[in-house]
Amino acid sequence: MRMERQKLVLIGNGMAGVGTIEQILKLGGAYDITIFGSEPHPNYNRIMLSYVLEGSKSIEDIILNDRQWYADNNITLHTGTTVVKIDEESRQVIADNGQAVPYDKVIIATGSNSFILPVPGSTKEGVVGFRDIADCDAMLAAAKQYRTAAVIGGGLLGLEAAKGLVNLGMDVTVVHLLEDLMERQLDHTASSMLQAELTRQGVKFAMGKQTAELTGDERVNGLRFSDGTELQADFVVMAVGIKPNTQLAKDSGITVNRGIVVDDYLQTSMENVYSVGECTEHRGTCYGLVAPLFEQGMVLAKHLCGAATQPYEGSVVSTKLKISGVDVFSAGEFTDTPEHTVISAKDEWKRTYKKILLKNNVIVGAVLFGDVTESANLQKLVKQGTEMTDEIYSEVMGTGCCGSGGSAKKGMSVEAMADEEIVCGCNGVTKKAIVDAVTENGFTTVDEIKACTGATRSCGGCKPVVEQILQFVLGDSFKESAKAGICGCTSLSRDEIVAEITAKGLKTTKEVMNVLEWKQPEGCSKCRPAVNYYLGMIYPDTHEDEKESRFVNERMSANIQKDGTFTVVPRMYGGVTTPEDLKRIADVSLKYDVKVVKVTGGQRLDLIGVKKEDVPKVWEELDMPSGYAYAKSLRTVKTCVGSQFCRFGTQDSMGMGALLERKYERLDFPAKFKMAVNGCPRNCAESCTKDIGIVGNDGGWEVFIGGNGGIKPRIADSFCKVKTDEELIEVCSAVMQFYRETGNYLERTSEWVERMGLEKIQSVILNNEENRKELAARIDFALAQVSDPWEKMLKDEDTRSALFEKAQH
Amino acid sequence: MENTNHEYTIGTVQHFLPQIGRVIGCGPVELAVFKTSDGQIFAVENKNPHPKGGPLAEGIVSGHYLYDPLYDWKIDLRSGEVQAPDNGTVATFPVTVDGDSVKVTLQGTLIQS
Repeated sequence: MRMERQKLVLIGNGMAGVGTIEQILKLGGAYDITIFGSEPHPNYNRIMLSYVLEGSKSIEDIILNDRQWYADNNITLHTGTTVVKIDEESRQVIADNGQAVPYDKVIIATGSNSFILPVPGSTKEGVVGFRDIADCDAMLAAAKQYRTAAVIGGGLLGLEAAKGLVNLGMDVTVVHLLEDLMERQLDHTASSMLQAELTRQGVKFAMGKQTAELTGDERVNGLRFSDGTELQADFVVMAVGIKPNTQLAKDSGITVNRGIVVDDYLQTSMENVYSVGECTEHRGTCYGLVAPLFEQGMVLAKHLCGAATQPYEGSVVSTKLKISGVDVFSAGEFTDTPEHTVISAKDEWKRTYKKILLKNNVIVGAVLFGDVTESANLQKLVKQGTEMTDEIYSEVMGTGCCGSGGSAKKGMSVEAMADEEIVCGCNGVTKKAIVDAVTENGFTTVDEIKACTGATRSCGGCKPVVEQILQFVLGDSFKESAKAGICGCTSLSRDEIVAEITAKGLKTTKEVMNVLEWKQPEGCSKCRPAVNYYLGMIYPDTHEDEKESRFVNERMSANIQKDGTFTVVPRMYGGVTTPEDLKRIADVSLKYDVKVVKVTGGQRLDLIGVKKEDVPKVWEELDMPSGYAYAKSLRTVKTCVGSQFCRFGTQDSMGMGALLERKYERLDFPAKFKMAVNGCPRNCAESCTKDIGIVGNDGGWEVFIGGNGGIKPRIADSFCKVKTDEELIEVCSAVMQFYRETGNYLERTSEWVERMGLEKIQSVILNNEENRKELAARIDFALAQVSDPWEKMLKDEDTRSALFEKAQH
Repeated sequence: MENTNHEYTIGTVQHFLPQIGRVIGCGPVELAVFKTSDGQIFAVENKNPHPKGGPLAEGIVSGHYLYDPLYDWKIDLRSGEVQAPDNGTVATFPVTVDGDSVKVTLQGTLIQS
């Protein structure tokens, strides 16, 4: 006999209510749940109706919870049934079909209705709102039968409806009371650009018109405006706003202003009765967007399950228009007043517009048109009340020195992406999988998406797109999340960990994790290698490198391939080899049946497909230093031919490249480190995409830093010019050591330069000779400790056999 | 189908370095054997549960979990279960420590297959 469970009744089978129920189930809430919905459908994604209208999605596509889900979770579902009263006396909810269901707790989530203008003729046939599947069906049917439509209301919903009807082949006029479309979200400039763009897409406009009457007999045939002018239309969509659906609450004696009034735990004036979503009024605000509904649902679910929760304190909202090919975004304040500082950029040729409003230097609002790639970022800045800085300015206004700074997909609108398009190429996660993860779980952060779907977890290149999808689904973006640590095992940042290691004299990863109270006592594949690196950087002479905390490639001093064989890459200093060395490489490759000999991008040779147990023998017989092709360390110094042979060469690039490679090899860095040396400004060795790129000229060298040709291509910044080889080496030493001491583990210099700021690095190294010499001395000290790993492994039989041997029993 | 179990002695406890996997062939099966920091020894098939396959022995060990070396999947060495958001299972084999020597048991049916 199990304990009698509490009875929970949800009134309203939409996103807000069912979202709350999903959270309750997740938290293990033990309730007998009954759900009433007026519509005949299970829970669907109302935000997606514009796409159903547009024809890019079907009703099935937008169902969030099918009937099976209700059955699987033992939820009793009554669709097509409207609750008319909550009777506090008898503790029952009563439906229009006479059904009475007893309750312990009730959640009201009745949403809102289209606001129908109270003008003569508004009840005629052919007049609909745009709110639910039935409205959508009416519009689809009308488009088959009639030609002209009027949409009253030039707000978000009205424009989406209008575009949908245009796509369905109708002649559509948007009627708007004011002179500016979406005046509650956009300023005049953005409104005009939006109107021009939609006009281009075939929507007509009647601006500054107040509808006085809908004409016709049974069926509507036109509109008459207050100025006496008329518009012919045989189908009218009312999209002037929404009205919280509060009838049931009123009839049950619950306090209602514009919406059902709730406190910070979503409790109404009636005990045991709660309210979430669009029907709700919290601190005087009714929300009509989805993100606040999720936020309310999370708080209520925790509250009903007896879990600790922060009170709900309201949401910062932002808007995005869901019309394919029209990108509009706004957040916070968007109308200039004398007390605002305005940053704006309008480009009439590219048809883009960007405006950011500051109050006392704090970012309080933003409007974007045409290019909304910065929307997620701006949303966050507005929400957090961030102060404007040079870094943020160049980031959001796109005036930084970097080429792209975005991902490969930058500039592509996520709305326009097909559901099955792969967003995360590493883990094969589609747009749909991410959208589903967000809607089904009420996620508000990229980390939650990462843990659930795997997107962004490998190379991270898709993170901006995932952020944009999150933004697009929520229409509002990220919650302030708890301070993120370097991984899930700790909430400490890189700088805090390094400071603690130094302050407390911590010596091993075990000690660090123990003293700093790691959640997972032995860490994970993210923090163990990172902490091992920080310890080595802090104690170059005494830290005992921990093989067990190294990634496979660094542990084995060879690159693992997908079949478990390894690649061996010997050094070729400055990309120069000799016939004798080549011959030896060829002999060893034949003897050990190397599968492929490949020329790398770094001017050396990959011996691919060496069997694990043969790797040490290959090293031994090559008798060459390790090329560190597997390491977060200096890989290679690429060179051009230079003054030794080249007609144009002004400097000996091959010589300098080999010298630098010999000097800096074997040292651990936060991430892999690539260099290039060129003998003249023709830059044949591509200095612009290296961590340090060096270009010789007649009379010295120019140094470039922070270049990258990989996942986030970035052209290197010019760092300084020097006259002598000694100065060049000193500058390289100082830059590398400063990066080693301040870089986050796995952070390439391309990211590091942007995070630190080029000017800061220049001032630390170039404007302070003492500092520069100290950095150079510290790297020299660290370099004095390193030795060749292959040689070391050949001498250490225990480690070698543990790592490479395969015993057969 | 014979159903006898085969026991293999695969070395001494000292033979295994803490948190560093070793590859051991036992008859037809290739094992990845790990000594966790509490001194326990676990044996799993050296076969990555990821669709692309590959080995497991070179992964990073934390507690009783293994982060696989190729795809960073998190695997419970005790049950062989892959942790969310990924899923799959790795075959595990019972290990006994008898004095100093480490023994693994393989089921006869598995050897046949």
